[in-house]
Amino acid sequence: MNLTLKIWRQKNASDKGKMVDYKVSDISPDMSFLEMLDVLNEQLVNNDEEPVAFDHDCREGICGMCSLYINGEAHGPDRGVTTCQLHMRMFKDGDTITIEPFRATAFPVVKDLIVDRGAFDRIQHAGGFISVNTSGNTIDANAIPVNKHDADKAFEAATCIGCGACVASCKNSSAMLFVGAKVSQFALLPQGKIEATDRVLNMVKQMDEEGFGNCTNTGACEVECPKGISLENIARMNSEYLKASLKG
Amino acid sequence: MALDSKIPKGPIKDKWTDYKNHINLVNPANKRNIDVIVVGTGLAGGSAAATLAELGYNVKAFCFQDSPRRAHSIAAQGGINAAKNYQGDGDSTYRLFYDTVKGGDYRSREANVYRLAEVSANIIDQCVAQGVPFAREYGGLLDNRSFGGVLVSRTFYAAGQTGQQLLLGAYSAMNRQIGRGKIKMYNRHEMLDVVKVDGKARGIITRNLITGEIERHSAHAVVLGTGGYGNVFFLSTNAMGSNVTAAWKAHKRGAYFANPCYTQIHPTCIPVSGDHQSKLTLMSESLRNDGRIWVPKHMKDVEAIKAGTLKPKDLAEEDRDYYLERRYPAFGNLVPRDVASRAAKERCDAGFGVNATGEAVFLDFASAIQRYGKEQAHVKGLNENDAALVTKLGQEVIKNKYGNLFQMYEKIVDQDPYNTPMMIYPAVHYTMGGIWVDYNLMTTVPGLYCIGEANFSDHGANRLGASALMQGLADGYFVLPYTIGDYLSNDIRTGPISTETKEFADAEKEVREKLDFFVNNKGKHSVDYFHKKLGKIMWNKVGMARNVKGLTEAISEIKALREEFWKDVKVPGTNEEYNEELAKAGRVADFLELGELFAKDALNREESCGGHFREDAVELDGEQKGEAKRDDENFAYVAAWEYKGEPSDAVLHKEELEFKDIELKQRSYK
Ligand SMILES: Cc1cc2nc3c(=O)[nH]c(=O)nc-3n(C[C@H](O)[C@H](O)[C@H](O)COP(=O)(O)OP(=O)(O)OC[C@H]3O[C@@H](n4cnc5c(N)ncnc54)[C@H](O)[C@@H]3O)c2cc1C
Ligand code: SF4
Ligand code: FES
Repeated sequence: MNLTLKIWRQKNASDKGKMVDYKVSDISPDMSFLEMLDVLNEQLVNNDEEPVAFDHDCREGICGMCSLYINGEAHGPDRGVTTCQLHMRMFKDGDTITIEPFRATAFPVVKDLIVDRGAFDRIQHAGGFISVNTSGNTIDANAIPVNKHDADKAFEAATCIGCGACVASCKNSSAMLFVGAKVSQFALLPQGKIEATDRVLNMVKQMDEEGFGNCTNTGACEVECPKGISLENIARMNSEYLKASLKG
Repeated sequence: MALDSKIPKGPIKDKWTDYKNHINLVNPANKRNIDVIVVGTGLAGGSAAATLAELGYNVKAFCFQDSPRRAHSIAAQGGINAAKNYQGDGDSTYRLFYDTVKGGDYRSREANVYRLAEVSANIIDQCVAQGVPFAREYGGLLDNRSFGGVLVSRTFYAAGQTGQQLLLGAYSAMNRQIGRGKIKMYNRHEMLDVVKVDGKARGIITRNLITGEIERHSAHAVVLGTGGYGNVFFLSTNAMGSNVTAAWKAHKRGAYFANPCYTQIHPTCIPVSGDHQSKLTLMSESLRNDGRIWVPKHMKDVEAIKAGTLKPKDLAEEDRDYYLERRYPAFGNLVPRDVASRAAKERCDAGFGVNATGEAVFLDFASAIQRYGKEQAHVKGLNENDAALVTKLGQEVIKNKYGNLFQMYEKIVDQDPYNTPMMIYPAVHYTMGGIWVDYNLMTTVPGLYCIGEANFSDHGANRLGASALMQGLADGYFVLPYTIGDYLSNDIRTGPISTETKEFADAEKEVREKLDFFVNNKGKHSVDYFHKKLGKIMWNKVGMARNVKGLTEAISEIKALREEFWKDVKVPGTNEEYNEELAKAGRVADFLELGELFAKDALNREESCGGHFREDAVELDGEQKGEAKRDDENFAYVAAWEYKGEPSDAVLHKEELEFKDIELKQRSYK
């Protein structure tokens, strides 16, 4: 396949940035999207140009590092996959592909296609944990039975990879799906109930401080989430928040 | 320097408890005056950082990703072992200890492995308390599955995302301490050297990957939890950024590097599809619980499958060769990884590989789907003879167990593994070798510790499935926090370590010179060009089967490639910005040195053991004909290499392994 790429280039956080056109040829449909970008970068290096900076690490859809906005969609046209799992067979010879970073006020661009998602970490620092010591003096694991249904739901919520696609696809740049997933994981487990009130209040407060927008229930986040995190988690967080506010 | 493994005296059962009863402790008020650097935030580094901070030390933690949650541990799929015996199937601390030593082909240190088995059960308690959502049964209790090389079900799991869930657990423990100000986290920072003051590790030099700034960080002790070096092969199941740099710099500063040639080639990975490939993808070993491995019995069927005229699922049962079940009836598809990988290679070398490159075998779920489907139909009171219904129900069970893996496979290969067998082939996955550590997990440099995959300790020459996660968390949550305290008890009056010293200045200067060299070299070839070449040499000559000729060639080829690299490498951009090519250049430079030492170690070890298979060391006859042949008389030792400049000058130190609690036997899985 031969393709035209329109890529966002921005030298650093203070640079204005612009779209630049590139051509790549002989792309195999079996390549992953990032392998296609590897081809471009090899080409740029060989021509003494600067390669395009993008985040990636595991390249198997689990670390949450990759974060491209491809043809107007977070993680591109395929469903249920991250950018690194997107394959070139989703595109046709002659296509033009636009590639931009995940955009949101709370995710400033670092360089080219790389953004700073530190805001997500800070929300977790505010309450994304259960306060147990890690010294091992805990009760036997099977002393806390958990109903399988709840355990499975908690697991599903916990599979969020923290990529930020939900934020990038939301017109309000809301982080409710991400935060809802963490709050839900713990709210569904007996171990997490003890600190439920403080957790939801602190995490939501931090989320607001980071400059994420409000949720207006458009559901775009769920559609683009590579891990199928469900809107149900936002509803659960809202009810946890309401409960906590009444208490607090 | 002679190697002292510092194994405590006394019966193996009591060593760890006695040890803990007699070490020096640091009182809580003094802990506030002590700084510890932890490089790496995977299961090992993350759990260590959280626990040390909780104990009261001031921790500085570093990772090169944009968040600690993205460390490579996140990708672990199948599970974590623990001797809980929840299934009542005869498991015990001793059995986990025994399986690990045997699985490692009798090349690990008994005392360390026993301790690992001993603390394993507690890991599960700890993780559940943290809210790690392990898989459960309908009664609400924890579920288990089995992994290769053992006869009990002791693996705890969270679908195919166990590593993710455990790492998020450790990350949450870190977050709690970051929130309290006890851990200072440095994301997107790469450690480029260890700084020694008066012979002790007292700090590190890092590069901020965003700004290019070179920084000095000091502490009373330094802990490396920087992962494995499988990417020396270029293609592996490791994440793109996984590298040996931190460990290699430590090696250059005096830490011995042990058993570099012990590499695990994992049997169930998605085969290589072309030259563009940037990494390989693992299909978890847990799939061997339900998948059966086979190739056709007859060459004509191989040809027909390759030509696309025969669908694999249409090949009659009697025309299939379930070669693991045939060769190893006792363990069948659940033989250890090294054995399964060699068996796949043997069939493919004989021409029975089933894809275009001839390097693939089938992993087939059809019979498991039928078995589960019938069971479900029975449980639900439905018609067990309705073939379509049974298949559908069976597929649902499989989807519940391995859904994410099947999806991953389908996305990469573009085939539906629910309806046609998967194609798999061995790939580089894990490195048992690493920095040599004593019982305290301290390297040969005082105050420098090494934990997790980066050290050499517990897995001998072959690691059993689901044991790396166990080791990482055992080291970080339960072992290091004790052993490091014993060392730090001497530092309560030392006071803060200054970074304004000659030692720090010299180390920083060296780092800067190297970086300047790269951006100014303006050579002909990209970093990847050299990395790929190194990978090819490693895979072809230092891979699954090794011999004297190949290893000798590899050593001189790697040396030549290294020289070419320093002459001709091209790194665009500057130092003072985000520059991935520059970061990669430093990592590949270290791989080019490690690769040679790796081959040298493989050449030195004239036996076959675990993942190290020498074609000149095989059983020639008897029931075990063709199997690997160990040489306990001459090679029951850990090969620890001391840095002396060029890898060819490295000096070998031997730690003789003593087996007092387990009898040395030939490993048989027949
Ligand atoms: C695909 C896959 C599946 C696996 N599945 C299983 C399984 O089911 N069960 C099992 O037991 N094991 C499994 N393993 C093995 C296991 O995941 C790893 O051995 C283990 O997670 C390693 O943990 P670690 O903490 O030692 O290192 P890692 O998780 O690799 O962490 C390394 C850390 O060091 C940091 N780092 C490295 N170098 C530097 C540097 N120079 N400067 C700063 N920071 C640095 C990184 O940023 C990272 O934070 C699997 C491995 C793979 C590849
Ligand atoms: S909720 Fe989905 S889209 Fe948002 S960070 Fe988590 S995985 Fe990514
Ligand atoms: S690179 Fe890890 S999820 Fe894409």
